[in-house]
Amino acid sequence: MQQVKHKMPEQAADQRRRNFNEVALGYEAETAKAEAARCLQCKTAPCRQGCPVEIDIPKFIKNIKEGDFDAAIDEIKTKNNLPAVCGRVCPQEDQCEKYCIMGKKGEPVGIGRLERFAADYAMATGREDKVDVPAEVLGKVAVIGAGPAGLTTAGDLARLGYKVTVFEALHAPGGVLMYGIPEFRLPKAIVQREIAALRKLGVDIQVNAVIGKSYTIDELLNEEGYDAVFIGTGAGLPHFMDIPGENLNGVYSANEFLTRVNLMKAYKFPQTGTPVRVGRRVAVVGAGNVAMDSARTALRLGAEKVYIVYRRSEEEMPARHEELEHAKEEGVEFRLLTAPVQVLGDDKGWVKGIECIKMELGEPDESGRRKPVPVEGSNYVLDVETVVMAIGQGPNPLVQDTTPGLAVNKRGNIMADETGATSKDAVFAGGDIVTGAATVILAMGAGKKASAKIHEYVQNKKAAR
Amino acid sequence: MYNIVKKEVLSPGVLLFDVAAPLIAKKCQPGQFVILRIDEDGERIPLTIADFDREAGTITLIFQEVGHTTRQLGALNKGDALLDLVGPLGKATHIDNFGTVICIGGGIGVAPVYPIARAYKQAGNKVISIIGARNADLLILEKEMAAVSDELIITTDDGSKGRKGLVIHPLQEMIDAGMKIDTVMAIGPVIMMRSVADVTRPHNIHTIVSLNPIMVDGTGMCGGCRVSVGNKNKFACVDGPEFDAHQVDFNGLMARQRMYQEHEKMERCGGGSCKCNK
Repeated sequence: MQQVKHKMPEQAADQRRRNFNEVALGYEAETAKAEAARCLQCKTAPCRQGCPVEIDIPKFIKNIKEGDFDAAIDEIKTKNNLPAVCGRVCPQEDQCEKYCIMGKKGEPVGIGRLERFAADYAMATGREDKVDVPAEVLGKVAVIGAGPAGLTTAGDLARLGYKVTVFEALHAPGGVLMYGIPEFRLPKAIVQREIAALRKLGVDIQVNAVIGKSYTIDELLNEEGYDAVFIGTGAGLPHFMDIPGENLNGVYSANEFLTRVNLMKAYKFPQTGTPVRVGRRVAVVGAGNVAMDSARTALRLGAEKVYIVYRRSEEEMPARHEELEHAKEEGVEFRLLTAPVQVLGDDKGWVKGIECIKMELGEPDESGRRKPVPVEGSNYVLDVETVVMAIGQGPNPLVQDTTPGLAVNKRGNIMADETGATSKDAVFAGGDIVTGAATVILAMGAGKKASAKIHEYVQNKKAAR
Repeated sequence: MYNIVKKEVLSPGVLLFDVAAPLIAKKCQPGQFVILRIDEDGERIPLTIADFDREAGTITLIFQEVGHTTRQLGALNKGDALLDLVGPLGKATHIDNFGTVICIGGGIGVAPVYPIARAYKQAGNKVISIIGARNADLLILEKEMAAVSDELIITTDDGSKGRKGLVIHPLQEMIDAGMKIDTVMAIGPVIMMRSVADVTRPHNIHTIVSLNPIMVDGTGMCGGCRVSVGNKNKFACVDGPEFDAHQVDFNGLMARQRMYQEHEKMERCGGGSCKCNK
């Protein structure tokens, strides 16, 4: 049997670095069947322990192997409302595929690629529109935030028979899937297709609704008649470094940079109304997936030189390996063991460079990673016109600040247990707003657990009446 | 969709819309703003709520046609609709009975000052308003401001109405005359707000300004509206839009306002063979 995964067809690096079309093109049916045939169908199915939403992985892979693609997507959809999204952006190498027996000697089965194949097949054939919802209404639940956590909760509760309303602050549902992850990694049309399928389940999505402003949580529970509320507002508050020059023109948070490009389609300006400013040379500070997305976006917007500036070494980079490789192939230059000291501006207030200092790795810090220590006198300047700060996001406080009785930790994240239960009756939370910035699939896993708990909570409450 | 139920031309290039938005009208307070989008490809722009009618379920927006989006907005008529309207955003003005309050509005800035002045008046303050514009034609909301003020002073740059000069001149005179001023609220061009701050700072008069920096989402997510206040970074959309005028880095704010000056000159072209984007 073939020891490596079937190759994913991709746009060539020299081509794709200048367009926003999807990089990975997806398996053809024959390749998918051949890849599915690599699955040993082991009884223990260790892959499943790595899946936060508990998909029966061997089962759907068997369906693909047998050419029954409808059965494959139906199986996935019993657990996952956003398979086309997950098949593209899940860190499978750290989840399902990490535990695959095939990975012991060669490469694990391309589970993510197969999930994507099944989802894309379902979209192409209209299969994803097939929905079954119970006729009886079990209750009414409000979901705050239409990102991965909120959409998962909404979908699961709708399938159980709840009337669900999702409140979204932006004008389009999807959260980070819309504003954060670029088109070339996750086409927005695909996100909207999966959300349309949720709407077919009866999920009502109200955009332009900022909870904390339009309604408070207490108003939803006490005046609007919701039995429970799920908060999935994510990590949307950008961090800055507090270094001199950060407010110069040309310094963006990754959130703003990516929102302008992804959600507002600034790459089509002036056909669209929102501009973005990218100089000839760009420095992206940070080395997570958001940093890779920002760097690769800057290239596609026409930057000649794009640097990733990161204070640790490649080994500690939080980005997915695949994203890192893609960025390298496209020509992003890595300045590792390098930390920004200040952003330099011209006399009109525009960025003209970023002063950096070289670092070396010292003793491990509280995160277990070796702590970077500045090398005295090693300062140098990178000439750039744009700086993107991609050093993480914190929790947005709008909901917490207007919800008395809801406990938050010192970082401002909502405190919730494994099931999503918070300190406040009838209020549940999950995803980045609880854990701090993490991945799409972990947020979905949290949404899944919370929806089960919300179901239990509402039914218990009704029984007690 | 949010229907435009009334359109009025206040002065050349300055328009008033009443927009049906029951939920916003029910909740909004003086000092807050909305973000709107006209069509699918449109940008999100913030506008301060100039007035609201809770019973009719409408909010009033007053804007000046300056860039592409505001011109596009100005071309809409009664019966047309906005695609998106979100709010109320930002913190409401802190209204209390302070004593004597001076409300200063410059140009289009009179619009957001109006509901604040009214609220101050309702709270029992003595409200003295100073409104100014380049010339008489550009002066807006004169009657409305007069109705909610104990005294209304008008200034124009060219002297075509009221006193010739800037809004800070009468303010300076009141201070020089030893008048007891408890709070100054000033909204207008950044350069005007900076001048007001410069006038009141030496006398330690509590002064509030409302900032309108470049913004995308309006909920704290993008950080584009960051402004240095007391040497700390604040996000105007969630920490503001009102700040202590004596703490604001106006020069930094003015520089950031120029971020998209070149882009603003480009018209949206809808594709085709236009070469505006090089």
